[in-house]
Amino acid sequence: MKTINTALLGAFTFLCVATGVASAAEPGKPGGTMVIISSQVPRHFNPAVQSGTATAIPGTQIFATPLRFDTDWQPQPYLAKSWSVADDGLSITLDLVEDARFHDGKPITSDDVAFSVETVKANHPFKSMYGSIDRVETPDPQTAVLHFTQPHPAALLAMSSALLPIIPKHIYGDGQDPKSHPRNGQDVVGSGAFKLVEYKQGEYVILERNDDYFIKDRPYLDRIIIKIIKDASSRVIAMEQGEGHMYPFVIDSRDIIRFEKAKNLVVEENGYAAVGAITWLAFNTKKPPLDDVRVRQAIAYAVDRNFIINALHRGMSKPATGPIAPGSPFYTDEVARYDVDLDKAKALLDEAGHPANSDGVRFTLEVDHIPAVPEQQKAIAEYLKPQLKKVGIDVQVRNSPDFPTWAKRVSSHEFDMTMDIVFNWGDPVIGVHRTYLTSNIRKGVIWSNTQSYSNPDIDALLEKAGLESDLETRRAHYVAFQKKVAEDLPIYWLNTLPYRTVYSQDIGNAPTTIWGAMSPLDEVYWKKQPN
Amino acid sequence: MQTLSGVGQRVVWGLILLLAVIVLNFSLIHMAPGDPAEVIAGEMGGATEEMMASIRATYGLDRPFHEQLLVYLGRVVQGDLGHSFFFDRPVTELIVGRIMPTIILVVTSLLLAVLVGTFLGVIAARNPNGLLSHIVTVLALFGYAAPVFWTGIMLLILFASWIPLFPVSGMYDVSSLGQGGWANFLDVLHHLVLPVVTLSTIYLAIYSRLARASMLDVLGSDYIRTARAKGLSEFLVVYKHALRNAVLPIVTFAGLQFSQLFSGAVLVETVFNWPGLGSLAFDSILRRDSPTLLGILFFSALIVIVANILTDLSYRLIDPRIKTGAQG
Repeated sequence: MKTINTALLGAFTFLCVATGVASAAEPGKPGGTMVIISSQVPRHFNPAVQSGTATAIPGTQIFATPLRFDTDWQPQPYLAKSWSVADDGLSITLDLVEDARFHDGKPITSDDVAFSVETVKANHPFKSMYGSIDRVETPDPQTAVLHFTQPHPAALLAMSSALLPIIPKHIYGDGQDPKSHPRNGQDVVGSGAFKLVEYKQGEYVILERNDDYFIKDRPYLDRIIIKIIKDASSRVIAMEQGEGHMYPFVIDSRDIIRFEKAKNLVVEENGYAAVGAITWLAFNTKKPPLDDVRVRQAIAYAVDRNFIINALHRGMSKPATGPIAPGSPFYTDEVARYDVDLDKAKALLDEAGHPANSDGVRFTLEVDHIPAVPEQQKAIAEYLKPQLKKVGIDVQVRNSPDFPTWAKRVSSHEFDMTMDIVFNWGDPVIGVHRTYLTSNIRKGVIWSNTQSYSNPDIDALLEKAGLESDLETRRAHYVAFQKKVAEDLPIYWLNTLPYRTVYSQDIGNAPTTIWGAMSPLDEVYWKKQPN
Repeated sequence: MQTLSGVGQRVVWGLILLLAVIVLNFSLIHMAPGDPAEVIAGEMGGATEEMMASIRATYGLDRPFHEQLLVYLGRVVQGDLGHSFFFDRPVTELIVGRIMPTIILVVTSLLLAVLVGTFLGVIAARNPNGLLSHIVTVLALFGYAAPVFWTGIMLLILFASWIPLFPVSGMYDVSSLGQGGWANFLDVLHHLVLPVVTLSTIYLAIYSRLARASMLDVLGSDYIRTARAKGLSEFLVVYKHALRNAVLPIVTFAGLQFSQLFSGAVLVETVFNWPGLGSLAFDSILRRDSPTLLGILFFSALIVIVANILTDLSYRLIDPRIKTGAQG
């Protein structure tokens, strides 16, 4: 039933786009409190200086962005009622809505947009987003013109979700370091649909309807409470018992199956296209024997994606075949797939000069994994041990007690192979390039090119794709990139994360756009409020 | 006079211990691989080199170890526990917000464990081979053997999911905060039941065993026979004459265990999402948030030292023969 619903919803969305309707949202009813269950603890609420889902979910409620995106990767007006990209791709003009105000009543002007762009450029971890910004012109309070030094095809996307929050210059422009500004976590003055009432660190976040929101009659909900629950089974029970009404980023297949059986809950698959989360096995390409591409290919031939997906993830995840996640418009599946073939794997290892010794062992490799996401990490690492033994590779699983330990090992390049989870973050320029560019081999930085992978052809392709404004040409560059990198195999991509949003059946307009819960929840409403 | 100097000596020792706690913990957390810059970069989905360097500089992590330690000690002496790396808020503020929930949880559990445990022990001791005594023994063994987190999850599944009598998590219902005093009190009480039962189970087991053994010992002594010979009622003999003497080891143990309760609280707080110091400490380790962790350990050490001094003093109240800090 659920699959049919999803399919229908998909068809409906398509129709809306085709007929020019901005969103698929149905008209809602005002009132009510929605409790969101989350495992993540936000440091604060200012997405201009802090990336990640923990800050993004509340951050996109508190701060508005110039644009928002629909279910089909199309930009929609938000704080900017209209926008235009210059023919040379070197400037974007934003026309802001007139009566928008910050939560303290001061008007939102183009000065604030310029200030926000500068703050993000100087402080956000994703340097590729606004690295090429030259200046922001503000001819009048309602017009902001962003000038770039080179074309930036991902610029519109980088103005949505948590990537360009419009923050008040009169608060954050006081000369203090925006990264540790005291107003990031307390007395936050935002521009979005909800105002921050209270944050008890690690416990809960209370957001309240912004009555002065620039979109008339929105948001529908009176309050959103984000309740942080660290224990996984408690989160599941809290949803089943109705203590929570929405739980985004559910990742464990057992939980998903359990939620699907619950009569009062709906399980939604859409809403994670932009995040583009991939589980992969990364190789240290500078360390013998993994510096030999034949060895990496042999490992790929020996690992069975279908087993991982169907047995370890109970069929909830999907295969990832390359560096770009399947939901992206730049994705292609026409790449080397390495469908399981043990004989080919053995032949490749022989060819690479690694004969088996009397015990049938060719060599030993260690595999690391991120702790705390067992099904996506540890389970796969442990599966590699018996599976690679079949082709004569002795695998030792090296556990890390916590995230910083793992991050230290990988970022200092002291590993053979590691399991990892990496996000595409909407556009390849933001989330994909960083893993494969030679210029991004940086010791000490996690989620840089920790594989030490270097191929001048790839560097050239990515540079071209990052500057190309024409969608088709750009796509062609990325297709070529995906084919080439799948041959070099610095990483063997395994599966997409089975993210789901679980919500009460009485909730309407649950988030299904490409950014899902990391976008304004101003259309979410209670069809029937709980008692 | 002697009492006072005894207490004074204990306070001095306590201060030295506190210093040792700080230095030891600071060194230990420093030795753990990875640092807050990596954690913050991890939260953000990546960071640049410059950014990592700037995070390290902001929090003084780029300075040599001994310098960091001295700066920290200097601040603590002035009563400043520093800023949390993770939340960018003063550590004192974070701890103050978390200390009451932990005290409520720990003190209620300890009281429940001591009272019910002693009572069960006394019942068992009055008829050591009776059915009741055996039931108490089995319960005690079970409570002692079952891991706290397992008991917690089982209770959760039983009384929050199957038979939803109690709420799943937290200390209060967030969506109905601020209904006023009485409603809030009942709400907290409602949330308190499962965590307290979980935390007290293991200690209840210990106290019932302790009380049983101690009572058996005392009930066999001469003055009890005398009391019975005087014709006192059995109730008075057991609960006035015998229990007062038998309770001494229990009080000693309760004082000692106060510190252990804190460690048990970490697990219970995590399972039940109880917003106390324990869960904050646990998370702070994972985040390498050393100022917060050190602040919590400092506070816990302080509480344990104070609790031990109070235990010593309470001996005097129960058994006037003991003089606190008596020399020689």
